[in-house]
Amino acid sequence: MRKHSVKSAAIVGASLLVLAACGSNKTEGGGTTGGSCDTSKGTLTVGVVAPLSGNLSALGVGIKQSAELAVDEANKKCTVKGYKLTVSAQDDEANPAKGAQAATKLSTDPNVVGVVGTLNSSVAQTVQPILRDKKIPQVSPANTNPSLTRGNDFLTAPKRQFDNYFRVCTTDDLQGPYAANYLVEKAGKKKIAIVTDGKTYGEGLAAELSKQVTKKGGTIVGSEKVGEKDTDFSGVIAKIKALGPEAVYYGGEYPVAGPLSKQMKDAGLDVPLMGGDGIFDGKYIELGGKEGDLATSVGAPTESLATAKAFVDAYKAKFGKEDYAAYGAFSYDAANAIIGALAKTVDGAAWDESKRDAMLTNVGAYAGSGATGEVKFDQYGDSTNKVLTVYQVTSAKWKDVQTGTFTG
Amino acid sequence: MSVLLQQLANGVIQGALIALIALGYTMVYGIIQLINFAHGEVFMVASYGGLATFTLLPDDLKKSPAVALPLMFVGGIVVAVVVAVIMERFAYRPLRNAPRLAPLITALGVSVFLQEAVRVFYPNAKSNLPYPKVFPEGNLTIGSVNISWTGVLLVVLSVGLAIILQTYINRSRMGRAMRATAQDPDTAKLMGVNPDRVIVLTFIIGAVLAGVAGIMFGGYLNNINIDMGFQNGIFAFTAAVLGGVGSIRGAVIGAFIIGLIKTVAGQYMPGGTQYDYVWIFVVLILVLVFRPQGLFGEPERVRA
Repeated sequence: MRKHSVKSAAIVGASLLVLAACGSNKTEGGGTTGGSCDTSKGTLTVGVVAPLSGNLSALGVGIKQSAELAVDEANKKCTVKGYKLTVSAQDDEANPAKGAQAATKLSTDPNVVGVVGTLNSSVAQTVQPILRDKKIPQVSPANTNPSLTRGNDFLTAPKRQFDNYFRVCTTDDLQGPYAANYLVEKAGKKKIAIVTDGKTYGEGLAAELSKQVTKKGGTIVGSEKVGEKDTDFSGVIAKIKALGPEAVYYGGEYPVAGPLSKQMKDAGLDVPLMGGDGIFDGKYIELGGKEGDLATSVGAPTESLATAKAFVDAYKAKFGKEDYAAYGAFSYDAANAIIGALAKTVDGAAWDESKRDAMLTNVGAYAGSGATGEVKFDQYGDSTNKVLTVYQVTSAKWKDVQTGTFTG
Repeated sequence: MSVLLQQLANGVIQGALIALIALGYTMVYGIIQLINFAHGEVFMVASYGGLATFTLLPDDLKKSPAVALPLMFVGGIVVAVVVAVIMERFAYRPLRNAPRLAPLITALGVSVFLQEAVRVFYPNAKSNLPYPKVFPEGNLTIGSVNISWTGVLLVVLSVGLAIILQTYINRSRMGRAMRATAQDPDTAKLMGVNPDRVIVLTFIIGAVLAGVAGIMFGGYLNNINIDMGFQNGIFAFTAAVLGGVGSIRGAVIGAFIIGLIKTVAGQYMPGGTQYDYVWIFVVLILVLVFRPQGLFGEPERVRA
């Protein structure tokens, strides 16, 4: 009997692992009443798929609320004739399997006209095909992995992957090299150690950075992986410390990067940590990000853009706080691209599923001026806006140090 | 060489943390043969309890670590003990004579309940929370090896508490009652031992140790999240099994073995740190194949 209980305990332990992977699904409605517009034809829905709970929820909630703001404004301005718009926000918990569930839920609703999301490139990989099968346009405010639009050979033989997928931010094949140029040329760091979390986004970004570092005469002294749920990085740090790097580049997101930076310093490896848009959040500093750490992010700093001022003011008026986070302005633009295309598609007529093809064409042809600047898509669905910014932690805040585009 | 020494130091620190949690697993198992899967969550709530204590302190006390740190330990331990006692009273005691699987499943339920309760009711617990910087900053440097003072404190506390516990169980009257209950609860009862008291005390001791671990974890790694109990709980459970469930010495040694395997294998084995967990479980499987009772466990005895 005793023996059995240890065995069954092990089995139960394994099922506990599975249990922990399951969380709860939360659905939240959004949008307010349409005011004095004609909404006689009913309600259409803009879907949002983003991590609304979990470690990355600061970014996900910014995406959701910014999309709600865009929908609210459209309702007030009667942008889509005869219809009231709402937001249906689904939590993907930054988990590809949850993302697939969320996408399936949205895709079975005939009134969903488009989806804003996802945050994570890895989640986008499962969401893309589900929405494509229903011809629902997906506009991502934050996916930066280049293969999502151009396939695995994105540099040599780009090929459009999903005709329903668009994004308003730039990609890691520009972000990585842009960061590499800054590290090697501006900051003068020649010996770089790489740490990634092994996910689509982090791996891709670090690979692009590595190529450019080597091209500019720097060396990648070592490359390590950490688990997404890891908390103690002393092993990894001791390993890279022995290689004597002048900077550490982390491919992944802030919940790991913040503690990693702190533990590096504690272990006597006091060199700057640099990361991509995934670590560019105030939470990074709270969790241990140290002075002098660097991050690149897509677009120009939201606060400094004249075009973003209206967005920031309206966001603050609606939500009382400026917690739109790194992708808020992009999400607002993504939602507006869907709304703009929808207005053109419906144009006084009634929405039905036969209009999905026209809707896709109209999203692809959308051109507007948004919070992040010009919003337009190229033949692959990528944004034509390629601006990137380098930020540095200065007095416990992210401060922009360089804005531009990657030029080689 | 210096890398090896550094990795050994890291392993010892990780082992010290796991040991504090593993003791709770192994003691409860020793007395009532229950693998208390919710024990990892006791460790987690203690960490949040300590953080809450700090948040509630007046601002001037927050600035003096000498006052804030002991209060956080008290707060965290009190929360852990209260949770453990309630858990024992309402989840496990009614099932004391039920089939073995029933309390095990209940333990899983309690574990999920505690995790979700913190997620829902603790402000902002949905994402990682930073831990206050009230711990001694800086490093102890011996040659090329760097150990943070928090890590040193963790090892000292872990080994010290394990020795005190071992002595208490071997020397004190209550310790003898615990050993008696573990050997044969019915006879112990006939000899005048109150099993309820012994069992509650076991849970309380486990919770105190998990409480210390919870606060030290926050201080050492600077941030906490609701998953921490699950992951470290699995390591601690593994350590207890490796050392021989029910053995105090086994749990501590098993924990240090796991910490060392994790860091040293991460450094030298193929796959690097990404696969360090694999080697822990490889060693566990090997030990269980050749010595199913664990390193220090007693061989199975058939009970009347």
